Amino acid sequence: MKLLIEKSVPGRRSHYLEPGDVPQKKVPDKFRRAKPPILPEISETELCRHYSALESRTFGVNDGFYPLGSCTMKYNPKINEKVSSLPGFTGLHPLQPASEVQGILKAIALTADYLKEITGMDHMSFTPAAGAHGELCSLMMFKRHFETKGEKRTKVLVPDSAHGTNPATVSMCGMESVNLPSNAKGCVDMDELRAAIAANKGQIVGIMLTNPNTLGIFEEDIEEITRLVHEEGGLCYYDGANLNAIAGTIRPGDMGFDCVHLNLHKTFSTPHGGGGPGCGAIGCKDFLHEYLPTPILTREENFLEISEQGDKTIGRILSFYGNILVVLRALSYIMSYGGNGIPLMSKHAVLNANYLQHRLSERFAMSNTGLCMHEFVMSMEKEAAEHNVTAKDLAKAMLDHGMMAPTIYFPLIVKEALMVEPTETEGKETLDQVADDYNRLYDEAMANPEKFVKHPQNTPIGRPDEVLAARKPKVVW
Amino acid sequence: MYLPNTDLQVKEMLEALGLKNLDDLYAGLPEGLKIGKLDLPPSMGEQGIMNTFSDLAGKNKVYRTIFRGAGAYNHYIPAVVPEMANKERFKTGYTPYQPEVSQGILQAIFEFQSMISGLMGMSAANASIYDGASSTAEAFTMCRDNKRNKVILPTNVNPLVRQTVATYAWAADAVSAEIPHKDGLVDVDALAASIDEKTAAVVVQQPNYFGLLEDVEAIAEVVKAKKAKLIVYSYPIAAAIVKSPGECGADIAVGEGQPLGIPLSFGGPYLGFLACTDKMLRRIPGRVAGETVDDQGRRAFVLTLQAREQHIRRETATSNICSNQALCALTAACYLAAMGPVGLAEVAEQTYSKAHYLQEKLASIGHVPLYTGEFFHEFVTKTPNAHEVVKKLAENGILGGLPLDDDHILWCATEQNSVRDVDDMISVLRS
Repeated sequence: MKLLIEKSVPGRRSHYLEPGDVPQKKVPDKFRRAKPPILPEISETELCRHYSALESRTFGVNDGFYPLGSCTMKYNPKINEKVSSLPGFTGLHPLQPASEVQGILKAIALTADYLKEITGMDHMSFTPAAGAHGELCSLMMFKRHFETKGEKRTKVLVPDSAHGTNPATVSMCGMESVNLPSNAKGCVDMDELRAAIAANKGQIVGIMLTNPNTLGIFEEDIEEITRLVHEEGGLCYYDGANLNAIAGTIRPGDMGFDCVHLNLHKTFSTPHGGGGPGCGAIGCKDFLHEYLPTPILTREENFLEISEQGDKTIGRILSFYGNILVVLRALSYIMSYGGNGIPLMSKHAVLNANYLQHRLSERFAMSNTGLCMHEFVMSMEKEAAEHNVTAKDLAKAMLDHGMMAPTIYFPLIVKEALMVEPTETEGKETLDQVADDYNRLYDEAMANPEKFVKHPQNTPIGRPDEVLAARKPKVVW
Repeated sequence: MYLPNTDLQVKEMLEALGLKNLDDLYAGLPEGLKIGKLDLPPSMGEQGIMNTFSDLAGKNKVYRTIFRGAGAYNHYIPAVVPEMANKERFKTGYTPYQPEVSQGILQAIFEFQSMISGLMGMSAANASIYDGASSTAEAFTMCRDNKRNKVILPTNVNPLVRQTVATYAWAADAVSAEIPHKDGLVDVDALAASIDEKTAAVVVQQPNYFGLLEDVEAIAEVVKAKKAKLIVYSYPIAAAIVKSPGECGADIAVGEGQPLGIPLSFGGPYLGFLACTDKMLRRIPGRVAGETVDDQGRRAFVLTLQAREQHIRRETATSNICSNQALCALTAACYLAAMGPVGLAEVAEQTYSKAHYLQEKLASIGHVPLYTGEFFHEFVTKTPNAHEVVKKLAENGILGGLPLDDDHILWCATEQNSVRDVDDMISVLRS
């Protein structure tokens, strides 16, 4: 498809400004740009057609099954979009006095209160713009905590099943990851944990954990894990990527976590936007409160205010207060479910995952044979070795059948992994259809592997040359 | 609630799994940790939610006339821009892990990268960072190594940006140092003297926090002479007519993309952009869309140079960013295309002219400028009782400039402020 710039015609325009009504002034020559920037010159008609064409070459949640494991691609309710786009919110300058923005501050405070109850934390901050940003913020708080106590600790325990952001975050905070090998089930190996703690005595900052973990299994020893880390003086950080499995029934705060990040764009249905904006809200226990990023929301009687934190804060991590319109959407979603609905939401998510896993387990090798939580991981290791059909090949065949593929090649501890997260917003008949399709594709792959690896054929493009893209990067027109 | 499965379907599914009720799904979870009840209000219907939000929105004051910037700017947003950006597939899809069915979003990111690098006079850009402040912090990380771990920020860089860079630097055991400005501008000699062999980068804001135009070329010269990197924090509207960071010799251009079609929204979501020279491309953080060909030789777009990123490199990655502000980047690209080179230059020219008109009018009633340098869209006045002045304007439906302290106000104008807006405000101030 043509690029915008290739549709450009010199002299053509889309938007026309009101003529200026003040005496015209010119930027002095010394500061003037030599040549105008190269931007498309295009009519509004062509602009609309261009983006319509781009949209038709994009797969959204409403185009079909979107089981991207660990991303929780649930339906994005329309009411959330409507309430978050009210001019009473979108028209606010971030530096208006608190007395003029009590409504939006109230919305933020309500969301904080609800999420404190859901996570079992004492304080929330919505400043982090994404999950990785929330992680970074949490680890910075741990760093500040030990700095304040005058302790030099640098080792962070990270399971080998963890998302890559965990060890990357550790490095951004000038600390070192200690890799925790998983046991045969894919959970934290308690002997390895004890050994790692013993080997790094006095140096443990804490542990970063997702529960349920990336294999979709609840860490049964969670209380013992957090107890051991605390006993060593370390802190426990909960990566909220998988909260959709347990919301309303079990809380990270009660499991012994000191700090959590939540992905409002996962559990709380705010749209993913093709890769953002999300919100990586963080929660913490009382004793970490002073380290939260500045500024924070404070309340005196009924007056809400955005206040600077004290000296112990990690500091500022973003210009303003975070992706607030995303927070509004999450609030709308929580209100829709309420105290009675949130536990049901997670149970339905777990039911859907188990039902689909059950319907697929005759053919596909599952990383875990018992009940899963909100997602499960299948492996094509055997098929890859024996028939040369990989997880990627299966994924591409799914695209040909109008479905988004699951997350592939993650977690790293499962070879040829496909990580499937159906979410609670799919109905049984969709899951039955998906199961039939996956099973049929599997049979086709085994019957004719040479033909199977030629997928996709029905998509806007075939398999792209990724090696060429990386070797000779062309990142602008 | 959005749960499609009926009670009957739930029963059928549980039966297939050999379970009796939904709670059996949680049999493996520690009993002692389960909470009996979630203490939240009961579920609400859509009407109730709408009413609640309408009430909350009604408790905020939205101004029609705004003379405040300081990091968030009130430019006009053409109707076509949100219409395009709100298309359902752009909004609901996720990171284009499967390029065959994500060509639309990948091309949109590629076009954003192209327009932003062109505007900045650079040769590459990434898919976006969270906001202008965090993109500056990430830019510093690109410049750091074992030998050089210090960044220098003059105090006329937006304080919110300086503070954010300082936080990231502290976390990474790096150093962020500030040097004072001179009459509102970077003191080039003092800067030259402050750059040592540990200095990895210098950040300069153009126009700076006080709205003044810096001599970026002169700054670039002293920074290069000391073998440090120059990061220019650029106001993207001004870049349409003011010398681009690239023309001035910047290694990296960053900034806040909010002025490019994104509503004020109480500070977010906004858009951090980051553009750089070819030489620095392989150090760029986060996602980058690249052009390639498919198996039939057709044009194709993919996420590329992934060997830099956390999911491959884990603890040796220099940044953990993955999700960014993709939809805001698409919005900005659509804004730039709707404006085109002529429209964008007009926005910049009008902004410049209107800010000067505002400054002259304010000076005529005694709010004299604090600095004498050339300015673009913002300027500082000496205004006694600054907070009272701004309060009086608020009572008259005008969001005045930002009081920097009790004697100074930072004002801003954009193409949205008419002669009448300015004149009305002046008469309020006179009364």
